[in-house]
Amino acid sequence: MRLCNPKNLTVQPEHFLEIRDLNFAYDERPILRGINMDIPKGKVVAIMGGSGCGKTTLLRLIGGQIRPTGGHVKFDGKIMHELGRRDLYETRRKMGMLFQFGALFTDLSVYDNVAFQMREHTDLPESMIRDLVLMKLDAVGLRGARNLMPNALSGGMARRVALARTIALDPMLIMYDEPFTGLDPISLGVIGNLIRKLNDALGASSIVVTHDVQESLQIVDYVYFVSEGVIVAHGTPDEIRSSEKPFVHQFIHGEIDGPVPFHYPAPPYLEDLDLEPSRA
Amino acid sequence: MLDLVRNLGHKTVNAIWRLGYAGKFFFLTLISSGTSFRRIHLIVREVYYTGVRSLIIIVVSGLFVGMVLGLQGYETLQRYGSSSALGVMVALALVRELGPVVSALLFASRAGSAITAEIGLMKATEQLSAMEMMAVDPISRVVAPRFWSGVFSLPLLTAIFNAMGIFGGYLIGVVLIGVDEGSFWSQMQAGVDFRDDIMNGVIKSLVFGIAVTLIAVFEGYDSPPTAEGVSGATTRTVVTSSLVILVLDFVLTSFMFRGA
Amino acid sequence: MERTTLDLWVGLFIAAGIGAMLVLALKVGNFSLNGSSTYQVYAYFDNIGGLKTRAPIKSAGVVVGRVGSIALDTNKYKAKVTLNIDKRYQFSKDTTASILTSGLLGEQYIGLDTGADDEMLKAGDTITITQSAVVLEKLIGQFIFNKAGSGNHK
Repeated sequence: MRLCNPKNLTVQPEHFLEIRDLNFAYDERPILRGINMDIPKGKVVAIMGGSGCGKTTLLRLIGGQIRPTGGHVKFDGKIMHELGRRDLYETRRKMGMLFQFGALFTDLSVYDNVAFQMREHTDLPESMIRDLVLMKLDAVGLRGARNLMPNALSGGMARRVALARTIALDPMLIMYDEPFTGLDPISLGVIGNLIRKLNDALGASSIVVTHDVQESLQIVDYVYFVSEGVIVAHGTPDEIRSSEKPFVHQFIHGEIDGPVPFHYPAPPYLEDLDLEPSRA
Repeated sequence: MLDLVRNLGHKTVNAIWRLGYAGKFFFLTLISSGTSFRRIHLIVREVYYTGVRSLIIIVVSGLFVGMVLGLQGYETLQRYGSSSALGVMVALALVRELGPVVSALLFASRAGSAITAEIGLMKATEQLSAMEMMAVDPISRVVAPRFWSGVFSLPLLTAIFNAMGIFGGYLIGVVLIGVDEGSFWSQMQAGVDFRDDIMNGVIKSLVFGIAVTLIAVFEGYDSPPTAEGVSGATTRTVVTSSLVILVLDFVLTSFMFRGA
Repeated sequence: MERTTLDLWVGLFIAAGIGAMLVLALKVGNFSLNGSSTYQVYAYFDNIGGLKTRAPIKSAGVVVGRVGSIALDTNKYKAKVTLNIDKRYQFSKDTTASILTSGLLGEQYIGLDTGADDEMLKAGDTITITQSAVVLEKLIGQFIFNKAGSGNHK
C-alpha cells in the first residue's frame, strides 16, 4: 500500500507513520481488522467511512490511548503500544489532535486554552507565551476573540480555537476527528482551508477522519475508505472520484441503497405484517 | 428465580470490580498529586469552587441546627432541672457527631455532585481525552487538585459549621430562653475535651473529606460519556457518599469513644 | 485577572475556618489542661468500680487533673491508675485517694484529701492510702448478710 508519488518514497524511505496489520476488538467484538496504512511527511490523508466503522478508534490507537489487539502503529520510528508512560507522553507532544466538537476546556478562556500546552510543557516566560498564543490565534483568524470563554463561541469558531490549540506546540502529526461535523458551509470551507494551509506551513502530516466527501476530496492528497473495520479502497482523490467500486460509488454519491443496505436485516415485509397468503 | 440469583451475582461481581478500580484510582491520584502541590494555584482555584461556594449552605445550616439543638435540648434538660448543661449538650452533639456528619452530607450534595458533574462533562465533551493527547495526565491536572481541595476544605467547613451551631445554641439558650450565660460556657468548657472531642471531630471530618471527594472524582471520571451517564453519576455520588459517611461515622465513633 | 479576587475569597475562607477552629479549641474545649503542664503519680485500688480514663481528679471539689490510664497489675491483682495532676497543685506524701461518685448515679471521679506530711508527692510517686469505689451490689450483699447474722443471734 504505497503512495503513488514515487519521488516522496525516495526522499523518505521510512514512512513517518506506519500502520501494519492493526487489529482491535472490544470484548471479542472486532472493530478494526488488518489495517495497513502509510502516511508520509507533508501529506494530508483522509480516512473515510460510514458512521461507527472504527475511524475514531483508529485515531485513538495512533495516539496510544488504547492498545491494539494485534499489529502495531509506528510513529517517528517508535512503536506506540510498546512505549512506557513517560516516552508515550514525550511522543504525544509531537502529535496534535482536533476532537470532533473541539473539546475546548470550558473553564478556561480562549487565550488560556491555546496557552495550555505551552504552560504545561515549557518554561517559557509569560511574555513569550503571549506572543506565541497571539500568533496561533492569528493563524486561525481569531486573535480578537482571545478573551472570550468557550461557551460564547459559535461551533465554527470553537473548532478554529481548538485548531489553534492543537498546533500550539507545532506538532509533526495532526489528527482531525470529524472536523466538518455540524458546521455551516462557510465555517466548513474555512476549516478545510486551514487544515491544508497549516499542514503545509508547519511541514507536518495530517490525518483527517471524516465522512464529508466533497469538502475533504478537495484538500487531501490520499484517501482510505474503511468499512466494517477493513480498508475497502484507497487512492488519490481523482482515482476515488472515478472509482467503479460499488461501495466507493455509493459513498461518494450518497446513494440510498447499495453495498450498504438501507434496511436493517429483517424477515420479509409481508411475512412480518402477517399478509403472506401462502403460509396457510 | 435463577435469573434473580444470576443477576445478584453479576451485580456483586461488578461492585467488587468497581471497588478494585476505585482503589487503583485512589492510588493513582495519590501518586500523581506531586504536580498539583507544585502548582498550588490549581488547588487554590478548586478550594474556591468546593470550599468557598459551600460556605453559605454550611453557615445557614449550622446556625439552624444549633438553634434546634438549643430548643430541643432545653425542653429535655429542664425536665430534670439541669438546663445549665445546655451548653455542653449542644457543644458535644455538634463537635462529636452533627458537625462532621451534617457538614459532610451537605458537602457531598453541594460540592461532591458539582465535582462529579464537572469531571463527567469534561469526559463527555472529550476534554479529558484531549488533555491526554496533549501529553497532560488528566489525573494529575484535573482529578488531584479537586481531590486535595475537598480534603482540605471539609475540615474547615466543619469547624465553621460547629462554631455557627454553638452560636445558634447560644442565641436560643442564653439570649432567647435565658439560661445563665456563665454556666452555659463554663459547663461547656468543663465537658468538652480538646483532644477527645474536638480533635476526634476534626479527624472524622478529614476522613469524610477524603471519602466524599474520592467518590465524587471517581464517579465523574468513571461516568459514561453521555448526558444520562453524567446525571446518573451525579446522583450516585450523592447517594454513595451519604451512605459511606454514615457507615464510616459509626465505625469511627466506635473506635474513638469506646472508653468514654 | 480574576485570580486575585478568587485568592481573596479562598484566603477569607481559610481564615474563617482556622478562626472557627480556634474558637472551638479555646472557648469550647478545655485546651489549657493538657500536655506537659501535668505530672504523673500512681495509685493502686482494690476495685475501681466504673472509673474511666479522663475522669476528673478533684480536691475539695476543684478539678486538679485527669485520670491518665487504668491497668490491672498482675502481681498484686489490683488496679493501677495513673493520675495526671496539674503542676500548679502539690499534695503531701500521705494523701488519700478515693474513688467517689458525683451524685447518686453520676460519673465516678477520684477525690484527693491531703495529709499532714511535709514532703510532697513527686512525679512517679505512688499514693499508698487509697479507698476503693463503693460497689452497690457488694454493699447490698453485706447488708443482707449482716441482717441474716443478727437474726440468728436472736
